[in-house]
This record gives sequence, C-alpha cells and structure tokens, in this order.
Amino acid sequence: MIAQNFAYAAPSNLAEALKLLADPGAKVLAGGMSLIPMMKLRLAAPETLVDLRRVPGLNSIREEGGRLRIGAMVTHYELESTPLVRAKCPLLAEAAANIGDVQVRNMGTLGGSVAHADPAADYPASLRALEATVTLASASGERTVAIADFLIDTFTTALEPGELVVEIGVPIEASGTGVSYKKCLQPASGFALVGVAARIAKTAGKITLARIGVTGLSGNSYRATGVERKLEGTTGADIASAAGGIADGIDANSDIHASADYRRHLARVYASRAITEALARAQ
Amino acid sequence: MATTIAKPESLIGKRIKRKEDPRLITGTATYTDDIQLPGMHHASILRSPYGAARIRGIDISKAVQHPGVVAVFTGADTKDVGPVPCGASLPGLRVPHHYILAIDRTYFAGHPVAVVVATDRYVARDAVDLIEVDWEPLAAVADPEKAIAPGAPAVHPEWPDNTAFTFHQENGEVDKVFAEAEVVVKQRITSQRLIPSPMEPRGVVADYKSGDKTMTIYSSSQIPHLMRNLVAQMLGIADNRLRVVAPEVGGGFGCKLNVYAEEALMGFISMRTGKPVKWIESRRENFLTTIHGRGHVDYFEIAARKDGTILGMKLKLIQDLGAYHQLLTPAIPTLSVLMMPGIYDFKNIRADIVGAFTNCVPTDAYRGAGRPEATHGIERMVDMLAAELKMDPAEIRLKNFVPNEAFPYATATGLTYDSGNYAEPLKKALGIVDYRKLRADQAKARAEGRLMGIGISTYGEICAMGPSPATPAGGWESASVRIEPSGKVTVMTGIKPQGQGEETTFAQIAADELGLSIDDITVLHGDTMVVQYGIGTFGSRATAIGGTALYLALQDLKAKIKKFGGMLLNSEDVSFGGGECVCNKSGKTVALSQIAGASYRAMKLPPNTDPGLVATNFWEPPNFTFPFGAHIAVTEVDRDTGAVQITRYVAVDDCGKIINPMIVTGQVHGGVVQGMGQALFEHGIYDENAQLISGEFMDYTIPKATMVPWIETDHTVTPSPVNPLGVKGVGEAGTIGASPAIVNSVVDALSPLGVKHLDMPLSPESIWKVLQGGRA
Amino acid sequence: MKQSITLTINGTKSTHEVEPRLLLIHFLRDSMGLTGPHIGCETSICGACTVAVDGKAVKSCAMFAIQADGRDVVTIEGLASNGKLHPIQDAFWEEHGLQCGYCTPGMIMTSRQLLERNPKPSETEIRHGIEGNLCRCTGYQNIVNAVKSAAQKMGV
Repeated sequence: MIAQNFAYAAPSNLAEALKLLADPGAKVLAGGMSLIPMMKLRLAAPETLVDLRRVPGLNSIREEGGRLRIGAMVTHYELESTPLVRAKCPLLAEAAANIGDVQVRNMGTLGGSVAHADPAADYPASLRALEATVTLASASGERTVAIADFLIDTFTTALEPGELVVEIGVPIEASGTGVSYKKCLQPASGFALVGVAARIAKTAGKITLARIGVTGLSGNSYRATGVERKLEGTTGADIASAAGGIADGIDANSDIHASADYRRHLARVYASRAITEALARAQ
Repeated sequence: MATTIAKPESLIGKRIKRKEDPRLITGTATYTDDIQLPGMHHASILRSPYGAARIRGIDISKAVQHPGVVAVFTGADTKDVGPVPCGASLPGLRVPHHYILAIDRTYFAGHPVAVVVATDRYVARDAVDLIEVDWEPLAAVADPEKAIAPGAPAVHPEWPDNTAFTFHQENGEVDKVFAEAEVVVKQRITSQRLIPSPMEPRGVVADYKSGDKTMTIYSSSQIPHLMRNLVAQMLGIADNRLRVVAPEVGGGFGCKLNVYAEEALMGFISMRTGKPVKWIESRRENFLTTIHGRGHVDYFEIAARKDGTILGMKLKLIQDLGAYHQLLTPAIPTLSVLMMPGIYDFKNIRADIVGAFTNCVPTDAYRGAGRPEATHGIERMVDMLAAELKMDPAEIRLKNFVPNEAFPYATATGLTYDSGNYAEPLKKALGIVDYRKLRADQAKARAEGRLMGIGISTYGEICAMGPSPATPAGGWESASVRIEPSGKVTVMTGIKPQGQGEETTFAQIAADELGLSIDDITVLHGDTMVVQYGIGTFGSRATAIGGTALYLALQDLKAKIKKFGGMLLNSEDVSFGGGECVCNKSGKTVALSQIAGASYRAMKLPPNTDPGLVATNFWEPPNFTFPFGAHIAVTEVDRDTGAVQITRYVAVDDCGKIINPMIVTGQVHGGVVQGMGQALFEHGIYDENAQLISGEFMDYTIPKATMVPWIETDHTVTPSPVNPLGVKGVGEAGTIGASPAIVNSVVDALSPLGVKHLDMPLSPESIWKVLQGGRA
Repeated sequence: MKQSITLTINGTKSTHEVEPRLLLIHFLRDSMGLTGPHIGCETSICGACTVAVDGKAVKSCAMFAIQADGRDVVTIEGLASNGKLHPIQDAFWEEHGLQCGYCTPGMIMTSRQLLERNPKPSETEIRHGIEGNLCRCTGYQNIVNAVKSAAQKMGV
C-alpha cells in the first residue's frame, strides 16, 4: 500500500511540463485516481511524476467553432455539474455522473481517464458516440486525433512518448438530439461491466443520426456501427432487433464478475435501454 | 413510619444516545494504528504468493543492508515461538503445527514467510521487495469437496486424505422416520466463503521492556484476556508480565475473536530489538490472512408427513477449514449441527461433518458462526418441503413450531431452549406486510409476467456463549464496579465492544440500579491491566452474560451502600434508591457521594464491613439464551438481466428484554445487511491454484448504501429466564435471519419457472442463467 | 528527496518537508497527529480516509501530500468549532449513525460535501452521495437518517 519512491514536479506552464515529460521515466499525474492506487499496489513505478495541476489552461471548458473544448484537467464533477456541459453536451455530463463516487469525481479528470484507456471506464462509450477529438501536445507541437484513432487497445493509446492529452473536443448537441448512457455496474469497483451510450436524432419521425458507443464489454471500447445502420432511416420501432447486434463479432471479456456470454447479453439489454431512452428524449 | 421514595423513571428500555460517540464523531478515538510510541519501529511482512509451495531458500542479505532496516526475521528465527493456537478440541482432531512464520513450506496464499523491521513503514515495505525467495510451487487444492476426494493434492503431506476430523451426532429414530415418511426432500446447499471485512483491518503494536521483562501488546481484538493468556504461552513469558490492550476496535464480526501469528511475531520482534514495533494489516493482507467465514457444502434431507409435519432431518456437512486451525476453526460447524432442529418440534436428526483441509486461509467465526449456515439450510429445506406439499410457507412453519407450553424445550441435539413464542414474530411480520394482500399482489404481478417473490425465514439461534463447559476457555463473564470517593462510578467489564455500544447499555444498567445519571458512569474495557479478567465480546454474549455480571456486582454493592448508609443515618432500616440512602423511619437521607466518601475515609466502619465500595462478580450462565424471529423479504427479479431487487424487508426479532432499543435496532440493521451481502453479493473465490481472486474491495462486494433497501424492524419480547436481566442477545440475529429470507424470496419469484433452489450469492448472472435454462 | 510543502490544515498554515511518495493520509495521521481520518483499503474504495481539499471531499489515501501544497485541507478534527459539534456530527450521534466508528469521520466528511451541494437530498440521493464510503456496521439506514436530520437542522 506504499508507492515506490519517485521524483515530483509541478510545472507552472505547458512548455515546462512537456520538457519534463520528454524523459522516458516521467509519467503524467492528473487526478491520480487510477495511477495512485496502481502505484500503491506497485503495479506502476514511474521515476518522475509530472503533476499538471499548476499548468494554466488545462481546466477550462469553452465553446468554440460549434464544439465544446474541454481541458484535460477538467474533473468528472465539473463535467457533471457545469451548466454549459449539461446543456450543450448532456451525454458527457451523464457519463461523468456515472463514474465511481463523489470523491473520485472530485479528483479524477477527463484527460487522465482518456489517457489511461481503461477498458471498463465510462467515458469511452460516450466519447465514441460523440465522435470526440483528442488534442495532444508535445515539444514538437500539437495534433488532434479522432477518439476512434486514439483509443487503440486495453491501456493503450495513440500517445507518443513525451506527448500529453491537453484537450478533448465534443460536438454541441443539436437541439432535438436525444442522448442516454446506460451502465451495468460491477458492484464492487463501480466500473462498467457494460456501458452503452446512445445519441439519436430524429427528423419527421425517422432516425437521421444514430451513434452508439460501448464500453466494458471487451478489451477496447467501440462504436457499434452495425446497430447505428440498423437504426438510421427507421422510425425506431424495432430497437430490440437493432440492439441485438451490439456484440456481434466482439471478443467479450470474462472474469469473476461476468462471463463473456452474460456480458454480451448485458450489452444487448443496456443498448436497448440506452437507445429507447435516447429515442424518447429525441424531439 | 414508612417513607416512600419516588423511584426515578427506569433507564432500561430507553433510547439513550451513546456515550461512545463523542470521541468517534470528532475523530479523537484511539484505534491501534493511532498509537505512536517513542522509538517505535514498523514491520512489513513478506507473504507467499502461492497456494502451496516449497521454500528452497531465502536470501535476506539485500533487505538487511537497505538503509533504515533494523532487522529481518524468517521462520528459522521464530521456529521456537509457540504455534498459533487452536482452542477447539474434537475427538481425533488433526492439528497441524502452525508456525508464526513458515519454515520450509507454505500452505496458503498469504502465508507469512519473513518480516522486515525498519524505522519507517515506507522503508519496511521497500525492503520486503528485496527479500529473495527460491520458490518451488506445488499443486494446491481450494475446493473442499475436491480436497477430500481421492487423488487430491495433500494440503499437509502427513494427512493425504485432507480430512482434519469427522464428527457424528444422532438422536431418535432417523432411519425409521425416513423409511416411513410420506415425503422426503433432498438438497445440496452451499454457504460460500465470506470475508468478514471490518472497516478497521487488524493491527498490532508490541512494546517489550527488558528491564522488568514486561510486554504490552496493543491489538485490535475482541478477546484481550484470552489473547494475553495465549500469546504469553507462545512467547514463553509469564501471563502477569504481559498486558494486552484492545483499544478502539473498528469492527470485528468474529474475525478478531482470534489469536494470529502477528501478535506473537510483533512480541518476538520487540523482545529481539528492544524497541516497540507496529504492524498494521493492509486490506489486501486482511483478505488473504485474516480468517474467512462460512465455507460449507451441506447435503440436507428432510422427512415429513403429507400434512407438513416435519419428522426428521439428515445433514452431511463438508466444512472448508482452510490450511490450519485458527482459534475456533473446527468448532464452528459443530455449532451448525447444534442448531439443526431450528425452532421446529422434531427429534430425529443425524449429522455428519467432514472437516476438509484446503490451501486457503482458515475459516472461523464470522457473524453468526455456524448458525447462519444451519438456519439457511433449515429454512431452505422447510420452504422446499412446503413447495413439494403445495403448502403455504407461513402455514408449514406455524404447524411445526415448538409450542409455547413446551419450554424449557429439550432439543434433539441436547440443548434446552430457554423460552420462546415462535409464532408471534411470524404473525407480526405477516401482519406488517399484509401477507394475504401481498400474495394477491404477487398473483397479479405474475399474471403481468413479472417475477415477484415473497420469502419468509423464521430463525432461532444460540446466543450468550455460553456456559463454561460448552466453551474452550470459560464462558462466564466478569464485572467490577467501583464507586469512587466522589460517588461517580467506574465499571470494569471483561467484554470488549467493537461497535455494539455497551459503554452505553452497561451505563444504563449501572445508572438504573444506583439511581444515577448515565453521565456519572464510566465503563472501561479492553485492557488486561485495568479489567480484572474477562472473556470478550462474541456470540451475542456481552449483555446477557457481561451485563448480568454487572447487575449482580451492583446488587452486592447496593447491600454495602446500605450498610454505610445505615451507619451514617444511625438506622438499621434504610432503603437505597435515587442515588441516596433513606432512613425508613426518620425520612432522613444521605447521598451516595457522602456514603462513598465515608467508605474510603473509613473513620468508622459498619460492623463486619471493609472499607471502600468495590464489588466484583464473575457470572457463570446456567444455559445459553435462544433468541428468535421472523424476517420477510419481498423481491423482484429483472427478467432481462437477472438482477434482484429487494422491494421490502421486514424483520421482527425477539431478543428478550431490550435495554436500549436504538442500539438493538442498529444491530438488526447491520446484521440484516451482512446477511444480504451473503445472499446477493459476497463471495470469497479461490481459483484452481488456490489464489484468492476476490482479494480486494475492487472485486469483493460488501454492500454499499445504494445496494440495500430500507429495513422495517419490529420486536416481540419474550424474556429469557436464564439471566436476571431477561436479555437474550441481538448481535447476530439479523445476519442469521436475512440470507434465507432473501433466497426463499427469489426462489419463490422464480418458482413459476420450475426453480426449486438457488445457491448464494444470487448474482444477476446466476439468475440469468436460470432464466435462460428455465430451471435449477 | 524531500520537498517542501506549505498548506493550511484545519485553518492553520504550516510548512513541511515531505517525500513525494508520502500519502496525504499518512502525512495527516503520522506527521500531523490527525488520526481522525482512517485507512480502510488501498484501492480507493472504502472512503474512511475522506477529507476536504479546497472544499472538495477526496480520498486522502489516493493523493500524495505534495499534491496538497498550497491547498486548504479540512479533516474531521476541523469540523467542530469552539467545542460545538457540527450539525452533521450531532445528527450522527442523535440518529445512531455509527457503531464501531471507523468509517464515521470519512462518512461525515462526505455527508458534508453532499449537503453543501444538495441541501435537501432525498433518500436515494443520500445513498448515492455516500456510495464511496463503506460501512460494515450500520446497514446505512441510520446514516441516511442522520444526513436527513442534519439537512433539516442546517436548513433552519
């Protein structure tokens, strides 16, 4: 329950942070909600922790170019409670509200969670459904990648050595779009056994846009494009049939909390519930 | 002329806020990890990562050289320390020698192998990683039924059948009633391994003073005196030179009713290093090395007539003991057998226990200890019998209860039930839920395709453990009461609360008897240098036995108070009440404070009376007490996911007379939620290599606030004739009643699908599988 | 190598040299003698170590002391003022919201956060609000009652 020794730095600007992160033994400390328990169990032992809490600009939420631009250090609590996020991107606020417990949401950050790429984390389902973008910075500049390209595999992202997540971009939800995030909890840890995020827009009684993201089911979150195609263009009358394909071709996780078969089943049930609610919320 | 004293209103039965709480809500209580002693070192323990392994060699050289490390000890250093004790005895019991550090072989994952002592807890932890062990992993077995099957890996090579003991008990004409019975129902029922999980893990501070060869051990314990006796033996020091202090204890639930390797190990270290040393268990260590509960595989058979009259019961019980016997390990399943008849009137029973060694941490007493397993089995069997006979589960119970006129009632297992009115709590609970309407609601729900269940359990239990002949170390309890010169009162009790609130209930008893305010009473416990002697808090015994000892000490004291009062009032006809003595002739009074002062000043003494106002009582109970009750759980199963929701929970308990209803209800709430934990969530899972894979709060689900329903409580009161307070005990009742009520309810919900039985925990997936298959 | 931190704890500012890996909970308990917050697990589940940092309830076993540099920390010891219990402390006492007391300091600190953000919580909201704090004794019912009662007292 005690971490190995490390050096600590809390740089006061981004350039300094990036310089420190160029060292291969350095690791970013954001909220620490995943990293610190891992260090205490000695599953992680970085040489240097670079705490981002003093870097200005990483905790802002702003509206720009039809998107919300959210700093990597914005906490889950800020996302669930900030009126701007609740109004403009309710799916992200809903995902944030589903994470862990209040103490974890007070400390944990969007950027930290995204960079950690835990396959059972809540955000990825929503971020995929939102077709979010992730802006990365390094000493050599910035780049922005799609969330689908960023989340590569279990605990594996597109982050290059020395690179840092600085911002997440999500679309401002068009009025009339209905969203929902439904999650089946692993009761002990509070992580998602399965979480499904749905975004649905309807025009003249027909679904014009369906975006379905899934987390927890397998080693990586994903967008259920097959389900989306089955919904788009329909009235949404046959949700069960569309949701039934949510786990097709997916290599589901299996552990003491849920077998692969049961997880796949849960994915279908929760997809159905999320789609139903999103559809009901769509104007 | 007789004077009547206005008797102040009794404090017994009153809801009184707890005396313990001010320190606990302000963060100023002292738990073991809060203790800091000058020059104190910290210990960190290296443990086996394997279910079973041979130690080919240990190299501690790097650890020893690590800056800040004071010493490193291995089994070679500690082999002469006495073994971790087993207090239970059974005929033919095989007791493996339980060294405090492993010598050349480890028997379960978490088995202690070496200990680092350092100036700082962080350094100690670092140096553990520097110890190099040459391991040879061996085949291990974790499943008790597999362990006793031929060809299983031997946990202890000297006993290849992995059988620690067998135990047989029988009464009546079992074969005859089973042969003649109109109906026999059989079922295999498991009670899974549970991890007690008090919020405070264990911890030990040992402080040896070489000058006067005395040791103080602080340990988070339910049994400080027994620990003193046993650890003194392990360390080879005199019991009167060992002081054990159990400071504030953050929950026990039975897992601190024990003596572990670490108490003696820290004592050994302090003797070797000459410095105090602290070890605080991490949660991971708690999961791996503190005893687990339950671990039963039970094969039940029940025989009955068509009209529902129960004739007899048979049980084959396989107890997963783990790799060693902790203090009471092999005794726990024998309590299940004692409890086998439940509260039903039948005399034909047969039980056979097989105690199986496995490569797991030992099982031992966990809230209920043997009685939840028995009650779960009985209450499931009664429900299965009712289903078989198409009888209502309430009706079959009412038909079979031991009738009121039968008390004291001699059971088939040799117990004498003290008092009971078994139908009353059930009738009350049925009334609270409006049972008829509830069944009608259920019929309607079923017609709508919903899976709604109603589950009843009517439990009895054995409390107030217990008469000394039935216990390994004495079953009495002690109290000493000292009225100080000011008239304030100090109570010293041998019990050791861990949240049960006896500082308050005992103060209520003392204040009531002496006519004082509870603020005038201080209750001390948990320190062998302060308390005369004692047994401890477990088995719902504290108030029934310790409270009685206190009550009787107070009677002695009152007699002496009257003698001094009479002397001061120059009267032979005095009464004592309301904190003063009154001369019944003159009406003159003298306050207890004056009496107390005079008793110590001793300018003058009453005839044949010694100075001072101190009385001590050691009370040996003539019998156990037998609380009972009825719980009803209403559940609904989500057809899509298999998730169980408890929509209503009613608990009507009879724990005899109630001293503080607030505390009693709190015990029921907590007990019920632990029973819910077993029924729905908790499962200590070892894999095939005997690795504990539910080894953290991340993977082992103890109930959270969001996961449990509102609990409606009520009581009936049937005083116990066993003690003058009329109390029975309530610490374990909720846990015992809850798991069968919930499982019966869920089985009832699924009964239209042909489901007859489900094993715990009722995880959504296990229910979903049943829903897929249609039956279980 | 130790580094210097300056922080305010229960209203008093002070400066200390700490190893970066020193957890805030160990700093508070071992260095500052504030043993009210407790340690119940390593995995940031149990919440017994909950304190407020800059007004936010956090698990002090999942935070290094050095992260609290420049911040304001309040522990259970800082709640009562001038010998007068905080209404939440009082309500836990009155409603029997504790038994062994080990989870209680964390539970009270989390309840405080809950009532700051939601002064009139429903039973469901209370249960949701304290889901990061495990209690093995009470079954939570009297904790729910205590938070409700505190909400009423504080609302007056």
